[in-house]
Formats: sequence, structure tokens, C-alpha cells
Amino acid sequence: MIALEARPEPSQLYAWLSPVIALAMTVAVATLLFIALGRDPVAGLRIFLWEPLNGTRAISEVALKSTPLVLCALGLALCFRSNVWNIGAEGQFVLGAITGGGLALWFTANQIPIGRWAFFPLVIVAGALGGMVWAGIVALLRDRFNASEILVSLMLVYVANLFLSWLVFGAWKDPKGFNFPQTMSFASDTNLPRIVTGLRMHWGLAVALVIAFAMWLFMSRTFGGYQQQVGGLAPAAARYAGFSSRRALWTALLVSGGLAGIAGAFEAVGPMGQLTPHVSTGYGFTAIIVAFVGRLHPLGCVLGAILLSMFLIGGELAQSRLGLPSALTGVFQGVLLFSLLTCDTLIGYRLRFGNRSRAVAAS
Amino acid sequence: MNELALLVAATLSAGTPLAIAGLGLLINERVGVLNLGAEGIMLIAAVAGFAVAFHSGNDWIAFAAGAAAGALAAAVFGVLVIWLNTNQYATGLALSLFGAGFSAFVGIGYVGKKLSERPNHAIAFLSDLPVIGTALFRQHPMVYLTIAVTLFVAWVLMRTRAGLVLRAIGESPESAHALGYPVRRIRLLAVMTGGALCGISGAYLSVVYAPLWVEGLVAGRGWIALALTTFATWRPIRVLLGAYLFGGVTMLQLHLQGQGVQIASQIMSMLPYLATIIVLVLISRNPLWIRVNMPASLGRPFHPWQ
Repeated sequence: MIALEARPEPSQLYAWLSPVIALAMTVAVATLLFIALGRDPVAGLRIFLWEPLNGTRAISEVALKSTPLVLCALGLALCFRSNVWNIGAEGQFVLGAITGGGLALWFTANQIPIGRWAFFPLVIVAGALGGMVWAGIVALLRDRFNASEILVSLMLVYVANLFLSWLVFGAWKDPKGFNFPQTMSFASDTNLPRIVTGLRMHWGLAVALVIAFAMWLFMSRTFGGYQQQVGGLAPAAARYAGFSSRRALWTALLVSGGLAGIAGAFEAVGPMGQLTPHVSTGYGFTAIIVAFVGRLHPLGCVLGAILLSMFLIGGELAQSRLGLPSALTGVFQGVLLFSLLTCDTLIGYRLRFGNRSRAVAAS
Repeated sequence: MNELALLVAATLSAGTPLAIAGLGLLINERVGVLNLGAEGIMLIAAVAGFAVAFHSGNDWIAFAAGAAAGALAAAVFGVLVIWLNTNQYATGLALSLFGAGFSAFVGIGYVGKKLSERPNHAIAFLSDLPVIGTALFRQHPMVYLTIAVTLFVAWVLMRTRAGLVLRAIGESPESAHALGYPVRRIRLLAVMTGGALCGISGAYLSVVYAPLWVEGLVAGRGWIALALTTFATWRPIRVLLGAYLFGGVTMLQLHLQGQGVQIASQIMSMLPYLATIIVLVLISRNPLWIRVNMPASLGRPFHPWQ
């Protein structure tokens, strides 16, 4: 008989170990799944855990996919720590792609020459504004009308995707695009500057890492960041201390919306180079897992993003090399988050293996 | 007139899955458990139901499969949330994300498959009535069953001892525990019942409403059903009415397009989602109203040993 026993203090050890154990559990599930599908599990795992890091080009691809994940996850980590449940980063991402991509489209259509480095800050601002507006709606409705931020932010994901479709099927459609739902390709002036010629990773990665560091400073070294998190841990204490919960709500949503928006803009003017109805492949949702795997810590988010982008690339490789559906990635992501939440129980509780009478007494 | 009848018929059909899932979630929330995994449960059940309907050709076996799949998925969620005290929001999200991935993965072989011939469900005599027959009496039996289930749930919750215990646990698990009720076991049972209903809803979508399987078939209806429980201030009959209202909004867009209204289809498709937001705002605006009606322990974990 196993019973849970509350620890006097949360275990630091398990806070660190939990993601590692969760990853091990996911690998175990993956192994069983590959065996059940009649595939060689070693070859399968190799594709998810080794191939994405094998070689410069592969690492560049991991960096490319990590960039939007880090940006979205940083904002979500701040939100979740403030007890604001923004789960619509995907929608804020899409809005950022629309505003950032729209700006690039405007420069392209009017044939205005602008250097890549001059356009870089502009597209960051455009993307951030788009995402902030979208998250701002959530904050406004929560603040003014007490509407659940969970449901509003999620509903806005669908609205954002439909809005994007409306644009690329309609007003923004490339007149020379054979009626495909896509904008014209953005002028090369407006593309993100790349770090290494020939590799797709771009300087947006540096932006993401700088913001991760800034977020760490904010969360653990400033009074504002402290106020933000007290509201999440102990709302009553925060109220008593006079910390404004409204300000925490707006800060969390505007920051996370802005970051998701930047991620969307980067995706549009980075690897995509145009807008299509499928700008995002679910980065905003994957980022939720990244934030939890990263312990809601900015630097953890970076590590989580690397892991989850390996999963994403692994899924694509599994499709092209093993003929397995790329949806496998989604299964592994879900298993990882489930395992993680299960293991997190060990942070607050210890397992007690005892005889039945003691276990009953404990429960 | 006949067009109106068709609109009513379509509204009932579109509202039914929302009502079943909403009822299930209402049962969950009445015992204090908020299940954000509804969307994932419905996706898993939709694919399970479609697969079973495809091989068996029988809707009812498909619904049973959907219910079983839903209850199983909800049980995983329930054990984590109720026994391991994981965060309800995060665990529900995990289930939704897992359900999206898992259903896409398992269902890949069923994309583009057609179910065998759909039976005609017209009720003898009644369906021949002018207008009313078309509007009301040519539905899948599940549509009528949903109404019956709603009344049954309302009766159990509000008029029976079992319902009283459920509500007591939702209001104060500590008091119910002190009275000797096995709070966690009852919560798990309620969560699984809710999951089974969400599962039937998912199976209805893929087997009756669509009827086909594509990735992401549920398209946010799980989340809309979650909003419905708030909209209905946790009353079963209001869930049903709310569901028909949403079904009506969904169908109105198609109807208007049929009428040749010049609005882009993408803008029209936003309607159900925007309606959800507007309704949430209208209902949540009054904090007192929410506080009076919302189960007091909603979203809060319960540890019997502390």
C-alpha cells in the first residue's frame, strides 16, 4: 500500500528531478509505442533524441523552432506564476504574424527599400503590438467583466485563425499566386537577418535569449516581479500587502501577448517569408508544455524549448523516414506533460510504503 | 416557412453535442472539479466512436465506445487531480493537448473514410406534419435522448439524496468528508460520468453530426461546453437551452450564407466563438451572481488528511 504524505517543505531536489523523470517516462512510453507499431524502438528514439542534434544544419533547425517556443513560453511562465491562465498564446502568435507580416507586405507591395537591420526592430514592434492587442482584449474582459481568461483567450485563438484565413483568402491574397490562399512573398529586405549564411536560424534567437535573461532579472531580482508572483502564490497575502491584482493581470497578459506576437512576427518574416493560413504549427500550445517543463523559470523555458523543438523535428523525421504520422509528436508532448504533472506530486509529497493500517491512518 | 423549419432542425442537431458535453461538465463542476480536458476527451471519443461505427455500422455501439473512451480519459485526469492533487488547470490542459495529438495519430487511417449508409430517423406520422414535422421529428434519437437525460440530471441533482451529496461535496468537501462521505471516490465517479457524457458528445459529432473524421473535428466545442456551464449558472436545463442557442448561432451563419448574404465565410465562422465570449462577459459581469451559483470548491483540491 502506497500513501502520500505531505512534506514539511517542498523538495528542491524533486523540483529539478521531476522533468528528468518525466522525460524518462515519456521515453519508456515511446519505446512501448514503437514496439507496438512494429518498429525498431532504438531507431525511433534516435530520430527524436539524437538526429535533431546531429550536425550544424540540424542544430540550426532546432534553434529555429526553439525561438518562437522560448518567446511564447516566457510569457506563459509569467502568466502562470501570476495565476493568470492565458492559454491563448497561439492566437496572440497569429495576430503577431498578421501585424508583422502585414508590415512586411506593405513594404513589399510599395517597393520601399529598407535594410534588413532597419526592418528588424520595426517588425518586433509590429508583432508585439498585435499580440498585445489580442491579449489586451482578454485582460480587459477579465478586469472589467470578470470573464474567465481561460475561455476568452482560447476562443480568441479560433477567431485569430479565421481572421488570418479571411485576410489571405481575401484582401491580402497574392494576385499572381494562382489563387492559392497566400500573400506574395515578402521582399528580401524584410526578411530576418540570418546568423550564418545558408542556415535558417535567424537573429530572432538572440532576441529570445536576451528577453529570457531580462525576464529572469524581472522575476527574481525586482520588486515588481516579486509582487507579480505573490499574487499567484497567495492572493490574500498580496491583497493585504496592497499589491494590485489588476496590475498583475494586465502586466502578465500584455507581456505574454507581446512576446507571443513577436514570435508570430518572426515566424512570418523568418522561415515563412509570406503569410499562409498555416503560419503556426501549434507553437502557442506547445509553449504551454515548454513553460511547465521549464519549471516556469525563464532559463528552464530555454531548455524546455530545445527539448520540445527536438520533439517537433523528430515528428517530421518520423514521417519522412519511418512513414509514421507526424501527429506522434502530439502524443509524446501530451505524455510528457502528464508525466511531468504526476512527478510534480513528489515535490510536495513523499511516497510512504507501509503496512495497510499505517497507510489508512495517513490517508 | 420550410426554411425556418430546416433551421430549427439544424439548430437542435448542432446544439445536442454541446448540451451533452455541457451536462457532463456540469456534473464535474458540481462536485468541484473543473475539467479543462473536455476538448481532448471529445476528440479521443470522436475518433473511437467513428472507428467503431465504421466497423460495426451501429450508432449505439459507437456511442458506447465514445462513452467508454471518454470515461477512461477522464479517469486518468481524475486520479491525477483527485489523488495526486495536481493542478486542475494544468492537468486538464494536458489532457486537451494529449487528446489532440492522440486522436490525430490514431485517426489517421480514418480520414476520408465514409460511414455506411445513414439510416433515416423520421418518426412515423409525426414527421409528416407540415413544418413541425421537418423541424422537430426527423432527428437522430440522440437528440430526444439528450432532452430526457437533461431532465434526469436536473432531477437527480436537485431532487434526490444522491444529488444533495454531490452538491454538498462541491460546496464544501471538508464538511462532506466530516459527515463520512468518501469525497474522493465520489468525485472520481462524477468525473468519469462527466467524461462519459463528453465522450458520447464526441461520438455524436463524428458519427451523426459530421459524419466523418478529420483532425481537430471537435473545433473548440469542448471549450464552448465549458463556457456553457458558467452561462447556465450550473443549472442543467439552462445548459440545454444555452446549447440550443449556440447551435442556433452556428446554424445561422450557414443559413445567412445560403440566403446570399455578402459576408466572407471566415467572418461568419467566427460567430460561435464570439458569441461564447459575449455570453461569458454578460454572465460574469455580475460577480455576486457568479459567487452565489458557482460551486464553492470549484477548482480547489481536497486533502482529507489535512
